[in-house]
Amino acid sequence: MASSTSHRKSQDRKSIPFWRDERVLTAAAQVISAIIVIGGLIWIGVNLLEAAEQRGLSLGFDFINDPAGFPISESVIPYDDSYPFGTAFLVGLLNTLKVSIIGILLATILGTLVGLARISTNWIVNKIALAYIELHRNIPLLVLLFIWYFAVFNKLPPAKGSLELPGPIYLNQRGLYLSWPRLTETGGVFAVSLLVGLILAIITWVYLRRLRERSGRSTYFAGASLAVILVSAVLGLALSAWQPLWIDTPVFEGFNFTGGLRLTPEFTALLVGLVMYTAAFIAEVVRAGIQAVDFGQMEAAKAVGLKPMQILGLVIIPQAMRVIIPPLISQFLNLTKNSSLALAIGYADVFNVGRIMINQAGRAVPVFGMVMVTYLALSLITSLIMNLYNRKILISERAT
Amino acid sequence: MTDAGNTKPAVAIVLPPAALKPIAWVRRNLFNNWFNSVLTLLSLGLVYFVGRAVLEWAFISADWRPVTHNPILYLIGQYPRDQLWRVGASLLLVSFLTGMSWGKWRGIMRSFALLLGIGLAILGIIPAGGQLGSLAVSVFLLTNLPVTFLGYLLGSRKFVTGSWVLGGWLISFLLIPFLLRGIGEGTMLPTVETSMWGGLLVTLILAIGGILLSFPLGVLLALGRRSSLPVLKIFSIGFIEGIRGVPLVTILFMSSIILALFLPPELRIDRLVRALIGMTIFSAAYTAENVRGGLQAVPAGQIEAAKAVGLTNFQTTRLIILPQALRAVIPAIVGQFISLFKDTTLAIIVAINELLNIGKSVLQSDVEFLQLQFEVYIFVAAVFWAFSYLMSFASRRLETTLGVGER
Repeated sequence: MASSTSHRKSQDRKSIPFWRDERVLTAAAQVISAIIVIGGLIWIGVNLLEAAEQRGLSLGFDFINDPAGFPISESVIPYDDSYPFGTAFLVGLLNTLKVSIIGILLATILGTLVGLARISTNWIVNKIALAYIELHRNIPLLVLLFIWYFAVFNKLPPAKGSLELPGPIYLNQRGLYLSWPRLTETGGVFAVSLLVGLILAIITWVYLRRLRERSGRSTYFAGASLAVILVSAVLGLALSAWQPLWIDTPVFEGFNFTGGLRLTPEFTALLVGLVMYTAAFIAEVVRAGIQAVDFGQMEAAKAVGLKPMQILGLVIIPQAMRVIIPPLISQFLNLTKNSSLALAIGYADVFNVGRIMINQAGRAVPVFGMVMVTYLALSLITSLIMNLYNRKILISERAT
Repeated sequence: MTDAGNTKPAVAIVLPPAALKPIAWVRRNLFNNWFNSVLTLLSLGLVYFVGRAVLEWAFISADWRPVTHNPILYLIGQYPRDQLWRVGASLLLVSFLTGMSWGKWRGIMRSFALLLGIGLAILGIIPAGGQLGSLAVSVFLLTNLPVTFLGYLLGSRKFVTGSWVLGGWLISFLLIPFLLRGIGEGTMLPTVETSMWGGLLVTLILAIGGILLSFPLGVLLALGRRSSLPVLKIFSIGFIEGIRGVPLVTILFMSSIILALFLPPELRIDRLVRALIGMTIFSAAYTAENVRGGLQAVPAGQIEAAKAVGLTNFQTTRLIILPQALRAVIPAIVGQFISLFKDTTLAIIVAINELLNIGKSVLQSDVEFLQLQFEVYIFVAAVFWAFSYLMSFASRRLETTLGVGER
């Protein structure tokens, strides 16, 4: 018996020629593809080294500490042209982050509003939302940015004839001037006590909620946390001599505005364009998510006696979120990547700064590598955070 | 009492559709409670003011001269005007093949063919300045419609099979670049450098070329990603995620400027081709993800059945998996084509003369046009909007037609 099977096995092996043996074929396919890909990479690398030698290009990162020698129009951190290339790159990165984070926040708010308008029973509100979505989804973002920057923000009146909006907010060729609350000398105490209050409130919230889940009694967790914040705020106000903030209002002096918060026209145009464009896509995501919740869920919630706010907060939103989150993540990523179009309207984002660095330092390959790695890292980090959040939502569903 | 009970429902059934309709509709959809009423009034105000401002601007205060002055620029850019017939011949070829596809496949191709033919005819009739206003161009634009019908007549014949039409498309896609580029001086087709091409022509070349070239690459990457071979899988995932993680601008920048460093110096690639390579690489990663969705939709039983009847792995993929997977992803591919079409505007950053760039250069071509950014960019936006909207409309219809075919 044993000898017969081993005999058959050896016969089998003999009867399958190696070019039809699956194990040999799969191994061969992998080796060949690996050779092609790695060979291609080596070929590219050799060409690169040759080109570098011929044109005197350097591939190292040693330039990073040399002075950059070019100005950047706006920066979150102190910068002028005597700072090194590394700092210049960081300025670009921070500018990208600035426009992306503010853009994501605003686009989410606007997109949710438009998405809710899209499921409104009010016919005209519904159609206005539809028109907004169709208008933005079918026009390239770059064209929208050109319209915002070259045809709107560049056409604003000069500082002298600024448009004045309630606030006061001034809008002119040099940008958007906002009134902005700033901390007074004693304001630091207020900020710290508010922060401490916020942390305490979160701890109270989590603790009392757990207590409620364990004991089943009402623990008034929302009211208690609110009280904690209020107490700490009042305490902070008292400690800062009731003067924690002052409003920095832009004032027209001489030829221009001073004071207030100034947003450059480039930043504002990019932000407005990105937010309005992405909001159209987020609106569709939100609409689809809410419509995905079965109508029976709402009826069942009503039948067990939940109040309208409870239905929304405990039944509709948690289920809709599960559908909304994954496409929402990709919209956030799209917004971040689309912020690279800043180049076309002259906002100093990481790609734009990188491009200037290539011209200044003559190190195309390392600088470009830095830009690419930055975007890849941003993409990976965003999707990592959002995936963790997404997983949390999924697990909480199974627990209940 | 019983009488009243009998007549009441009869009245109730007859009345609503006849008299109450518009008012009841308004009441139910616009004024069903105080909140909606306020919302409706605010919205009506918004529509009135925005609509009035837009109409007043478009018909009274806007100066459309940068658009009407030389509309053919927006279509083909600087393509030599004495060689116009080559663009025309390409267009006729496309019209003819669209007509044939209409005759062969009906459905969505009918709207497509009619839209193309009628659209070109309207373009020929409207009064326009510059070269587009000349008689020869008008007559030529008008001939597209009959040519479409000619294609339709041929296509609806029994002996013309689907593979003829597909073959025709394939040959024309290979032929048209040759026709436009030319074969050399002194011949009937003198060379026209791609730097002279521009406008909608280049936009369409980048979008159509990008999607067609990226398709086979994307299918291979999707198969690689689903492969059981770890090496292939890692390479595919690395490529797809790497490309999807960075913006298209950086890829275009890389293919146009950095790529030259990676290649031997004697290998010089045309600028338009370099941009096309960038578009293709970018699009391939997204095509791969779409196709992967289609591959996942093929039931495992299909593959097991194929193995059971003795098909090899290669045969299973080619005959069983891909036909079903690709059919499922057609709507997604159309959607991707639309976004690629919009993304061609980014080629402006690597100095390709696509539609948006033409608009930009028209603004600088005349001192009187310098301040007319709004008119020019709104016109460009309108062209993109019309194309994308029609395509997404078509893809929605395509989805329903495909759905009917699947029971």
